[in-house]
Amino acid sequence: MSHHDTRTLGYLDRLSELDTPVHRTDSRAKLFTTLVFVVTVVSFGKYEISALIPFLLYPVVLAALGNLPLNYLAGRIAVVAPFAVLVAVFNPILDREPMLVLGGLRLSGGWVSFISIVLRFVLTVGAALILLATTGMNRVCHALEKMGVPRVFTGQLLFLYRYLFTLAEETVRMTRAISVRTAGRSNVPVRAYGSAAGHLLLRTLDRAQRVYAAMCCRGFDGHIRTMRTERIRSTDILFVSGWSALFVLMRLHNVPRILGRLFMEAIQ
Amino acid sequence: MSHHIIEATDLHFVYPDGTRALNGVSFRITHGESVAIVGANGAGKSTLLLHFNGCLMPTGGSLRVGDYPVTRETVGQIRRSVGVVFQDSDDQLFMPTVFDDVAFGPLNMGLPPDEVEKRVASALATVGSSHLAARPPYRLSEGEKKAVAIASVLSMAPAIMVMDEPSSNLDQHARRALINLLRTFEHTKVIATHDLDLAADLCERVIVLDEGSVAADDSVRNVFGNRDLLARCHLEMPLGMQRCPICSGGRSDAVDRSPGRE
Repeated sequence: MSHHDTRTLGYLDRLSELDTPVHRTDSRAKLFTTLVFVVTVVSFGKYEISALIPFLLYPVVLAALGNLPLNYLAGRIAVVAPFAVLVAVFNPILDREPMLVLGGLRLSGGWVSFISIVLRFVLTVGAALILLATTGMNRVCHALEKMGVPRVFTGQLLFLYRYLFTLAEETVRMTRAISVRTAGRSNVPVRAYGSAAGHLLLRTLDRAQRVYAAMCCRGFDGHIRTMRTERIRSTDILFVSGWSALFVLMRLHNVPRILGRLFMEAIQ
Repeated sequence: MSHHIIEATDLHFVYPDGTRALNGVSFRITHGESVAIVGANGAGKSTLLLHFNGCLMPTGGSLRVGDYPVTRETVGQIRRSVGVVFQDSDDQLFMPTVFDDVAFGPLNMGLPPDEVEKRVASALATVGSSHLAARPPYRLSEGEKKAVAIASVLSMAPAIMVMDEPSSNLDQHARRALINLLRTFEHTKVIATHDLDLAADLCERVIVLDEGSVAADDSVRNVFGNRDLLARCHLEMPLGMQRCPICSGGRSDAVDRSPGRE
């Protein structure tokens, strides 16, 4: 991990400071819509692919209107993609029954569910990233608090997020300290990394305590306060209701199939 | 004006692992004073400073800050009047932008947004960092970070400023800028530092801590002129008082402050 990585981590916060219609939308509206989106996407059956594709509309539209760099979002999704791949990787081995023929290529049920899991992962993680990039963690936690989530939970969430930065910075320092003393050797004993990991945890905990003390010194009492005073406006209601209605519609009807049928009828 | 006073009476503090950090510390700092707290590593300086803001609670004796004894019940009021600038600015700056960081304290004080905005603008202007408002703190130089950390405390309009090693990690130019800035403050100032030249530049009184106890509490001239005391407490006379024409920068006050001239 390099300094570049910690800066990339902070870049999400920088993006949340932009001023676009999506950024200006009430944080509760965006949070609620994202929750509806996630619930709808994960509610599909394990072999569903085509019906999920129209859901790409939501992240693509928000990223475009929010001036978010798509390559950055794709990069962030790719970083955590191995977790989704790990979950789905055994499906093609366990489920080999042919299910689909795509242009002469026969796909087993395992491969179809693999693609479905990865697609759902991209959609849900993408939506969560866009929520953070257009709202910021502070406002997301603030919105959760306003929506009735207990303060102890939102506080922990906020600290967990900030802890990532501390962990990343300490990792940069420690990796540098190790690399300058390896004398060019690439096979550093695993034992050294084990010890470094332990030290890293303790140092990060120490640092996190100092950060918390500094926050308390400036009046932090577990309650998250932000400069923006948010009020639900008609555009926010339109945002929630419009997108939610579309998600439900896309959940109840397989849009690509309908479009395909209409297209076939038209050409016949 | 008792609300700018810090008074420790037989203050003790023992860490949970049994380390005795403070052993019966007593002193009284009055309104408008600039006091340096010096001592070797592990003498108890940072531990003492963390008591001023209620981050640590005395395990024995008592500490009064202004009208309040430092207890869990009064910590809210005390934190409104005592601003602490931490040694490592990275510990203090954690918000996405400099503006958000400086606004953090005033928002927690429950001030309305327009007042918060005014305070942030004023604090940043005081430390000469208005142009940094939109920058993320992790992209600042050490000198800029220190200035912003001070602004983040100034925005809360504290009566007492407590600083832990304010000149650490600063280059000479940034250090001089910091000294000039701190000189303009009319707050009661308590500065824990290893930088004895900074202490001599900014403070009129010095409290020397040695193994958790007060070894001396006197004027800068008397403390820094006492070579035996300094040696006993593992300290050295500030370079500016050692009659060295290079270290003192040829300043006449370097000669005036030396013990031989008293």
